[in-house]
This record gives sequence, structure tokens and C-alpha cells, in this order.
Amino acid sequence: MKWIGGALIAAALLLPPFVAGDFYINLASQIFIAAIFAMSLNLLVGFGGMTSLGHASYLGVAAYLAALLTTRYGFDHGAAAALSILGTVAMAAFFGVIALRASGLGFLMITLALSQVLWGLAYRMSGITNGDNGITGMTRPEPFGISLESPVAFYWFSLTVTVIAFVLMAVFVSSSFGSSLKGVRDQPRRMAALGFNPWMIRWITFVYAGFWGAVSGLLYVYYNKYIHPTSLSTTSSAEALLGVIAGGSGTLAGPAVGAALVLLLKNYASAYIERWNMLLGLVFLFIVLVMPTGIVPGVQKLTSRFRGRSS
Amino acid sequence: MNAASPDLALEVTALNKAFGGLKVTQGVSLAVRPGERRLIIGPNGAGKTTLFNQISGDLRPNSGQIKLFGEDVTTLAPHRRAHRGLSRTYQIITLFAGDTLEHNVTLGLLGLLPSRWQMWRPLASYRHLAEEARRTLDSVGLLHLAGHPVSELAYGEKRRVELAMALSQKPRVLLLDEPLAGLSDGERKTVKALIASISKEVTVVMIEHDMDTALDLAETVTLLNYGRVIVDGERDQVIADERTREVYLGA
Repeated sequence: MKWIGGALIAAALLLPPFVAGDFYINLASQIFIAAIFAMSLNLLVGFGGMTSLGHASYLGVAAYLAALLTTRYGFDHGAAAALSILGTVAMAAFFGVIALRASGLGFLMITLALSQVLWGLAYRMSGITNGDNGITGMTRPEPFGISLESPVAFYWFSLTVTVIAFVLMAVFVSSSFGSSLKGVRDQPRRMAALGFNPWMIRWITFVYAGFWGAVSGLLYVYYNKYIHPTSLSTTSSAEALLGVIAGGSGTLAGPAVGAALVLLLKNYASAYIERWNMLLGLVFLFIVLVMPTGIVPGVQKLTSRFRGRSS
Repeated sequence: MNAASPDLALEVTALNKAFGGLKVTQGVSLAVRPGERRLIIGPNGAGKTTLFNQISGDLRPNSGQIKLFGEDVTTLAPHRRAHRGLSRTYQIITLFAGDTLEHNVTLGLLGLLPSRWQMWRPLASYRHLAEEARRTLDSVGLLHLAGHPVSELAYGEKRRVELAMALSQKPRVLLLDEPLAGLSDGERKTVKALIASISKEVTVVMIEHDMDTALDLAETVTLLNYGRVIVDGERDQVIADERTREVYLGA
């Protein structure tokens, strides 16, 4: 049965460029970007038990850095990408030290506060960030001389990065370190008594999540060729958190599914209903009531029940 | 291994801890020789677990000193004490309920290994760790349940997993916090035999209320009451002591 599911997923990912129109191809690319972002947040929320409401900081800062370095300071894309990721990871290392002084609600509030500071800076430091106008004039990179201008080319590019991100994060959570992380999430005291350093484990995970947040930020700014302070806003962080929880935190595929759902609702519902956020809220409420652990674990439970009945 | 005086495995000197106005540890001193079996008794609220939490590093004392094999560990983080050979079990079962027994014990093994930082190789692929975990589970009579999640176990079996997890670390000093609590008579016998079979290379300090069982295991006894050491010495001597009867046995 498992290979059928795998084949279906592979087909769903590989076929669109051959059958779908540009609108859907672009939508899919956006879903990939949102999926990487949500998966990176899930490392904190689902696997680390650290609920953050400031994850947009990493997406936003990486995007701003890349946009500034290429449009204003004349860096080529390769160097700008490396510097943006490096800078964002360094910021995550610093933010981690501050945020991990607390846990639970305190941790959430600190991440929120830190991201609000960045959002405010993006608005106010208009000499650098161009404030509310955002930064325009960004181009897409040309890896190995291949132009990413067409929707299909960008689709393949973002799909490749997404698959790499998914595999590397899957490897991370099933590794020794990943097992330690889950242990620290469930029984921090016991883990410390067993010889694990809970703080260090959380901090490394925080930095690693920042790294993938930065990667999603690069894709984001390549896709939009534009960056605006809203990308750093709490709404942006909250949408990703919503996706993680709706899809199933602590599962590998859940956040990707949740992120896709949020993005689809946003795109479709906003065409018909002005207050699409309200609809998102209702859908979220429905999911939480029907499948409290999220869509992916919920559906797994349903199918196993169905199989149990049929056999 | 340790150049500093190994005359004592665990040495606690003039330890004090207060939660606000509540003094839970008052000038407690303990000296436990390597290989000793020490039983700590005392009524509820005497400060037994609080003392354990300070020895293991979960709580920082207000004053006083804790030495492990001559090394001052008073301000050391819990995980660093674990790497110096200290293991403990919990009065309230603290296991990874959703994970298998094998995984639980494997975490115990992993905690002391450098590979705990390793980020690419799946934990499940460390066959030798899994085998060692299974050997430890076998030693507590739970090998047949190795692949089951802890949540499926009976209470007495969970107690044994607590013990297996601590034992897997091959500790030099083992703190057991009420290892017999809530067990049936049959389980009590099993766990008692298990504790009795622990190598004499391991120093065991145990909190236990079940005097009938625990006294058999102990060589020396410390009686705590209101955070103070009331009587401290050889088992028979402490049992015979007037003050023990007053505080504990007579009650």
C-alpha cells in the first residue's frame, strides 16, 4: 500500500508542469515555499515543544538581506544567498540565547517581541529598507546558467529545494540528536539526569530551524522579486503556526499539508470573500474540533480504522 | 580515574535549602562510602526527595556542599553530574510513554555517548545500542516487552523500566527514589531481588517507605525529619535508636 501512496505523491509533484496552467504552477511554487517555512517552524513547535510566534523573522530577514545585497550593494546571487543565510543563522543564534531563557508562554512572548522589533525596524528604517514601499527590482538567480524566470522553471527549482529540505529535516528528526530533541520535549528533567544538555539541544534546534527559515525566505524573495515589511509581521508567523498545527505538529508531512491548506484558502477564498481570515479561522476551528492532532495524524487514524474494519 | 579522595562516593556537607520561609533541608550532612547501600527514611515532607533533587542537580541548595568522589559538584548542571557517574530514578514515573521500552533504555545509553550530538545517522541504526538496551531489559525481566510502548505497561513494569534506564548507564552512584512505591507484593519481591543484585561497585542511596523490604537491602540508614538528619549510622543501630521509634516507627 505504501508504494501506491508514494507513487501518487510523486505524480502529484511531477505532473503539474506538463498539465497545469501558469496560475496553478505559481500557486504550487508558493506552496513549496510555505511548506519549507512551516516545516522549519515545526522543528521548534512539533519536535522541540517550543511554540514560536516569531518565525517570520528568519524568512523576512533572509529575504531583506538578499534583496538589499543584490539590488543595492551589487552582490551576485550566489554570494548574496550565502551571506543572507549566514546572517540569518547568526541572528537565530543570538535570538535563541534570548528566547531560551524562558519556556512555554514566556518563550512564545519573547519570539513574538523579537519579531515585532524587526517588523518595526523594516517599517521605520526606510533609509535602508525603503519602509512601507518595500524593496523592488529583485531578480531571480540563474543557477548553472538556467533562467528561473518562467513559472515552470521556478517550479522545478523550488520543488528541488523543498525535497532536499524535507529529506534533510526528516534525517535530522530521526537521528540521535532528533531523538534527544523529542526526549527533551517530553521529559526535560529526565533527559538532563540522563546526561543530555537540554538547553544546548534546544538552542541548536532553534538555529537549525532559523537556517531553513532563511532558505524559505530566499525562495520567497526570488519568487516575488519584492519584499515588504508584512513578511516580517506577526500575521506571517501566525499563518505558518496555524499551518503546522492544522496539518499536524510533530509529523513530517503535516506542516506541508497545513501550509498548503492555508495558502489555498488565502488564494481562493480571498477572491470571493473579503474577510478570508474569518473563513481560515472557521476551517481551523473545524480541524481542531474534528482532528485535534491535525490533518495528517487524523487521516492516518481514519485510514487505519477503515483498514481495520475491512480486514 | 579521579585523583581526588575517593574515600567517599558521595559527601554532602551542611546542606541548606528553603522555599521561601519553608526550610526543607537544614544543615544536612551525609557521607556515603563507595559500594555502600544507604537507606534514607523519614515521614512525608521530611525533605527526602528534595535532598535527592539537590544531589542530582535539579535544585540548587542555598548553602552547603555536595561532592561526588571528592569532586565538588554543588553548582554543576544535572547532565554534567550524570557524566560523572550519577544516575537516578524518580518517585513519580518519568518515562517516555509513547516510545518503546527499547527506545527508553537506548536514550539512557545515548545520554553518556558523544553520538548523542550526531545529526544524520538514524538512532534506530545503532544496532549495538539496541542490543545493549535489550540486555539491560533482560536483566530486569522485561525483554519480552522491549518492542511495546511504555504506556501499555502495568505500573510495576514501569518501575522496572525506571530502574533499567538508570542501570543502563552503569552509574557509580545510583539514587533510587521509592523504587517500591505502589508495587504489589509479587512485584516488590522482583524489584527487591533486582536491587539486591546490583553490583557492589555501585553505590546505592535509596529513599523508601516500605521498611520491611528496604531494611534488608540497607547497610546504613539515615533518618530525616523536618529537613534535618535525626539519626545516621549502621542499620541495626539506627533501628534500635529511641529517636527513630519516636519519629518514624512508632508513628
